[in-house]
Amino acid sequence: MVSRLARLLALALLLVLTALPARADDYSTQITALGSDSFADKDKAITALGNLGDARAVPVLQAMSDDRLRTGANGQVLIVSPTDSTKLIDALTGQPAEGVAFGDTSRVIVNNRLRGSIEGALGGLTLFSPDRDTRLAAARDALRHPSAESLARLQKAIATESDGEVRAAVQKSLYAAQLAGGSKEEQLKAVASLADDTDPRVKSLLDEFAATPNLDPEVRKATDAAIASINQRLQLIGILANLFQGLSLGSILLLAAIGLAITFGVMGVINMAHGEMIMIGAYVAYVVQQLFRAYLPPGLIDGYLIVAVPVAFLFAGLLGVILERCLIRFLYGRALETLLATWGVSLVMQQAVRSVFGSPNKEVSNPSWMTGGFDPLGGFTMTWNRIYIIVFCFVVLGVLALILNHTRFGLYMRAVTQNRDMARAMGIRTARVDALTFGLGSGIAGMAGVALSQIGNVSPNLGQIYIVDSFLVVVFGGVGNLMGTLIGALSLGIINKVLEPFAGAILGKIVVLVAIILFIQRRPRGLFALKGRTAET
Amino acid sequence: MADPIVMPSRLVRARGAWGTGFWAAFIGTGIVLAAVVPALNLWVPPGSAIAVPDYIVPLLGKYLCYAILALSLDLIWGYAGILSLGQAAFFALGGYAMGMYLMRQIGTRGVYQNPILPDFMVFLQYKELPWFWYGFDHFAWAVLMVLLVPGVLAFVFGWLAFRSRVSGVYLSIITQAMTYALLLAFFRNDMGFGGNNGLTDYKDILGWDVHAPSTRLGLYLVSVLGLGIAYLICRYVTKSKLGRVLLALRDAESRVRFLGYSVTNAKLFVFTLSAVLAGFAGALYVPQVGIINPSEFSPGNSIEVAIWVSVGGRGTLVGAVIGAVLVNFGKSWLTGAFPEVWLFVLGMLFILTTLIFPRGIVGLFRQLRRPSPQQPKTLPVEEQA
Repeated sequence: MVSRLARLLALALLLVLTALPARADDYSTQITALGSDSFADKDKAITALGNLGDARAVPVLQAMSDDRLRTGANGQVLIVSPTDSTKLIDALTGQPAEGVAFGDTSRVIVNNRLRGSIEGALGGLTLFSPDRDTRLAAARDALRHPSAESLARLQKAIATESDGEVRAAVQKSLYAAQLAGGSKEEQLKAVASLADDTDPRVKSLLDEFAATPNLDPEVRKATDAAIASINQRLQLIGILANLFQGLSLGSILLLAAIGLAITFGVMGVINMAHGEMIMIGAYVAYVVQQLFRAYLPPGLIDGYLIVAVPVAFLFAGLLGVILERCLIRFLYGRALETLLATWGVSLVMQQAVRSVFGSPNKEVSNPSWMTGGFDPLGGFTMTWNRIYIIVFCFVVLGVLALILNHTRFGLYMRAVTQNRDMARAMGIRTARVDALTFGLGSGIAGMAGVALSQIGNVSPNLGQIYIVDSFLVVVFGGVGNLMGTLIGALSLGIINKVLEPFAGAILGKIVVLVAIILFIQRRPRGLFALKGRTAET
Repeated sequence: MADPIVMPSRLVRARGAWGTGFWAAFIGTGIVLAAVVPALNLWVPPGSAIAVPDYIVPLLGKYLCYAILALSLDLIWGYAGILSLGQAAFFALGGYAMGMYLMRQIGTRGVYQNPILPDFMVFLQYKELPWFWYGFDHFAWAVLMVLLVPGVLAFVFGWLAFRSRVSGVYLSIITQAMTYALLLAFFRNDMGFGGNNGLTDYKDILGWDVHAPSTRLGLYLVSVLGLGIAYLICRYVTKSKLGRVLLALRDAESRVRFLGYSVTNAKLFVFTLSAVLAGFAGALYVPQVGIINPSEFSPGNSIEVAIWVSVGGRGTLVGAVIGAVLVNFGKSWLTGAFPEVWLFVLGMLFILTTLIFPRGIVGLFRQLRRPSPQQPKTLPVEEQA
């Protein structure tokens, strides 16, 4: 028993011992062959090195391609160091070659055909590179040019690969290679496996494969089924992606419009400076970020956004109250003149910001927890910043609903919205409600600005981009009604994004605008008009 | 509307609207505008303090076009209480119609020397002229379109809006949406209107070189004439019975409706007329400035027209003209001298005229000249936007 085990061990040892030098020998033979005089031999050696899958060959082949490969007197192959052209390195060992004079060596001649072979060999070899990202890139690259020749290399790569993501990429390329050069069973398995993939390259690969003549009927059938299933999935993902983008746009519109809707509802005035409140909020985010960068340790920078939201709310809200006290209350009952006066305010604010901060865009960076995204289905990425904005928007909406429905101030606001004169007769101080409502609406605009700073640049005319759309949300949804604004904003956002693939971004937008103009004819007071006597006036 | 600015004393004396006093003032102003500028331009040696250099002439012509545009807005806003934020869109549509005629006149003198297609179409690889460009090689067709396109658009839009009683700020917002949609549409290259760059590089109009000083002087004189005609039309409408219906519906729309007047028809008529006037102004404007591009549609432009009217005096036709000329003169001067100040000034104009001088310059002047203690402060406010 013991002796048998010992014999086995000895055999294993022997095998290992003989195998190692054999491989090493093969490698050194091929390296030496690179220095041969015949182009055909060199070409053979290059291909062999590529198939060997030994990462040590990479710098050698690279040097050969760059005309930095030389041969010594005794057939030794040497590399000219890429950094110092007088230094020679032994191609076999990778160590500096001592005692070889540069003058004793001669250049290895390379022609374009050889360069082509080198490129192919290098492409395969990078699959075995020690650097993970290089391997990943090589594996993905292999998918682009699947060939029967790469089959063996990919199989070897998958056997040694330990990183999960690279392994998956290699596997995908291997399936692709099997389509090109595998047996019928392998092809069937590859088709079945690729059918679950939504990578557009895989789809074009399968399309190409289905077009090859003389395909085995069984394989063809499987391929057609796979393409159909991929198409279905792609369509589904397209719809989901549209929905997500629509939801994202809708939540931005909602944030921009909601303040407008409550001021319009309560006071019956259109605040043209609302967009500038958004802009101010975005600049608050910028300033807070700069302050964090300047005065706080770098580790805290991610927190700037948390601070910016309340600061923007307070700052824009305060501006709103000042605007109401100093201007709008004098124009009470003159809605159109309020529109013009607030337009004037918006011009002044834009110019003021431009004077202080300059006209170029300011950059507000995402905190680390908002960068990147994730890909739930394969095919489209949901970015964290947009997800957070959607969540933030619904939190704001929820808090606002609570304020409106469960606080005294909310009760007053609703009362004034429904019937101002009666509310005043009941002892509600409508002037105060007006000022606070205006402050609240502007404050929400300020927070919207912070959110917008996370998905785009901050510039003095930021507010102008959203103002027309947010008016439309308000008139579409109906005033004084959070539900109307919510539905108005989301449906506008989603309709816009759903139309985009068919009609293009601009035409889609025009269609939406015309649709709203027509809609207003049917429902002059929006989707959710206030009902009752007062609403008629 | 909730903000009535009405001069009852003037209403009572409306019959005297076409008296000799009016005609004397009207023709006098016309002669001054039409004679003084050409005289100073042609016969005063350049360099003299009172000379009008050649480059000023189209600038003055531009102000007059703006004055017509302001009149068109005053007609609907000052008299009927419809604050259209789409006035600049009608202006631009008229301008585009004229621009299309001017483009067709270029002929083979363009960069690509195509006898039919304007340069931008050759550049965008159009094979043939789009159907809506047919006919624009004839001046008469272009003039017809200048009046018809804004008019028809306003008629359809107004019919839809006024029929369903969309009014007040709702109307303002949907007119703005219309303007915005047009802005986006004209920015598109495949619309066939030159996209971003618009229409420019004109050569001649009715055979005269548009760059020649004499043509520019001629265009200026046509603008004076155009302003005169527009003024007379507006005055005729506002002094007529319809004008009084408009004033009444501005101040108490439901009451007018209950009295049996068709509010919809009155509004629709005046809205369409105003759009036609705005298109006419745009057509005069384009050959004088030499370009029309989609930025003329931008919503801000339409709102700016409202401030011209406000500054001059809403509800007075003279006020609209004075406001347009003064504000634009200030704009030319300030944007040249202190560019960063202009938006502050414009913004403050908006705020101050609405807050402190709602009657504008003309109102202020009238108050100073004839303080009338009996003038009611407001009419009963029954409707709010």
